[in-house]
Amino acid sequence: MTVVYILWLREVKKYLRSRVQIIASLGGPLMYLGVLGFGLGPVFQRAGEGSYIQFMAPGVIGMAVLFTAMFSGIAMLWDRQFGFLKETLVAPVPRLSIMIGRTLGGATVAVLQGALIFVIALIAGFRPSSLLVVPLAFLVIALIAVVFAALATAIGSGLKEMQGFQMVMNFLVMPIFFLSGAIYPLDGLPKALAVLTRIDPLTYGIDGMRGLLIGRTHFGIPLDLAVLFGVAVLFVFFGAWRFSKIEA
Amino acid sequence: MSESPIIRVQHVVKSFGTVTAVNDVSFDVRAGEIFAFLGPNGAGKTTTIKMLTTLLHPTSGSLELDGLDPATHQTEVRRRFGVVFQDPSLDSELTAWENMDIHGVLYHVPRQVRRERSEILLKMFELWERRTDLVKTFSGGMRRRLEIARGLLHTPKVLFLDEPTLGLDPQSRNQMWTHVQSLNKAEGVTVFLTTHYMDEADRVAGRIAVIDHGRIVAMGSSAELKQQTGTDSLEAAFLKLTGTTIRDESATAADGVRAFARAWRPSR
Repeated sequence: MTVVYILWLREVKKYLRSRVQIIASLGGPLMYLGVLGFGLGPVFQRAGEGSYIQFMAPGVIGMAVLFTAMFSGIAMLWDRQFGFLKETLVAPVPRLSIMIGRTLGGATVAVLQGALIFVIALIAGFRPSSLLVVPLAFLVIALIAVVFAALATAIGSGLKEMQGFQMVMNFLVMPIFFLSGAIYPLDGLPKALAVLTRIDPLTYGIDGMRGLLIGRTHFGIPLDLAVLFGVAVLFVFFGAWRFSKIEA
Repeated sequence: MSESPIIRVQHVVKSFGTVTAVNDVSFDVRAGEIFAFLGPNGAGKTTTIKMLTTLLHPTSGSLELDGLDPATHQTEVRRRFGVVFQDPSLDSELTAWENMDIHGVLYHVPRQVRRERSEILLKMFELWERRTDLVKTFSGGMRRRLEIARGLLHTPKVLFLDEPTLGLDPQSRNQMWTHVQSLNKAEGVTVFLTTHYMDEADRVAGRIAVIDHGRIVAMGSSAELKQQTGTDSLEAAFLKLTGTTIRDESATAADGVRAFARAWRPSR
């Protein structure tokens, strides 16, 4: 158990120390909230959909969580290149506890980043319908974080070179974000797009957050939670299996 | 000194596809000795260390560390050795102290012991004053020393050092071996090392095995090797045993692609 804890702590410590990285990682979400949010706001309003900032804030929080969690996959690549991974792989502890520690660490960092964006959204004018739902929304955020941190572990276990990470960013992370309904409503989409959005686990996370925070949901909160939880369990098993296959 | 050997390697073969990296190697290492494993690049040194440290399984033959088979008793064997790999394995974003602490937890060293021993080792390796600094601010020599200190934290029976002095200046090398020797005396830890610097092996190792093309070509003390080959330095003995041809490290897939590309686009 202390093994899981110390590896979790390592991830969190490194996050809190990397001020530059924290500030840099705010760039994307700020762009979406500030530029896209205010830029598309009037059009969104005229289409009768209400405030775009209200609509988009959960999406941008989801985006921050997704990107940060997936980043723990690249951290694994660093650990492989700079050797620390090997130190953990020859230690007399089960691979599973190493994987759980790393993944929970990555997920915690993603939740912290999500919280930061949440605060920024509040400053930008986002108002949740009630403060009571905020803790529940953070449960959803935590589930999203676990889903993608586990996926990152699964992918990171197989990554050997930096170029591989570019592939993952462009062909997995970006599509997951754009298909999630983070920046547009899910109603009345073309058939093909509607199907794709339903395969994307982030869709359910953002829909759940929206349901809780502004009372607007497409699938209903119970379904969102059930899907997220199921996918989280599935990905953790998948990640653990992939991690156990790493050759030092 | 009639006790059973701490490391016993018998007729070990390790093949990667069609390449045989280690070919019928046998040797014993006695508890408490400093044993040097010498050989040109690609001779099979690292492969042997990887098998002893549970990272690779032999194709055939048997290995024992403290009477246990690394392939079947992975966890028990891992508790018994410390290892400093050829490439660094520190977390450079953490402090020296944190690197020690994580290692202690991974090896189930109780908190109190962990602290005491970290202090002793960091002081011994002259890193105590820098313990709260991030490792990324350390020089190459300091990093190496920290890795060795870390490898000793859980009081292993065997310490594997795979080319630990690569890229270090003579001062750092000298200091490092002084520490390793004194630890070997003080704690009786068996040291299994590889190096390309013959003077180091000559100075610290009680016994030396020379491996080439996956086979052991000579074994004995430095004096014995010189005598066998009729040379007056270990370097000369080594060259006589392994020849003077330059060996290439096995290339990566990328090198293969590059070589292929060069072959098909000869002119620029």
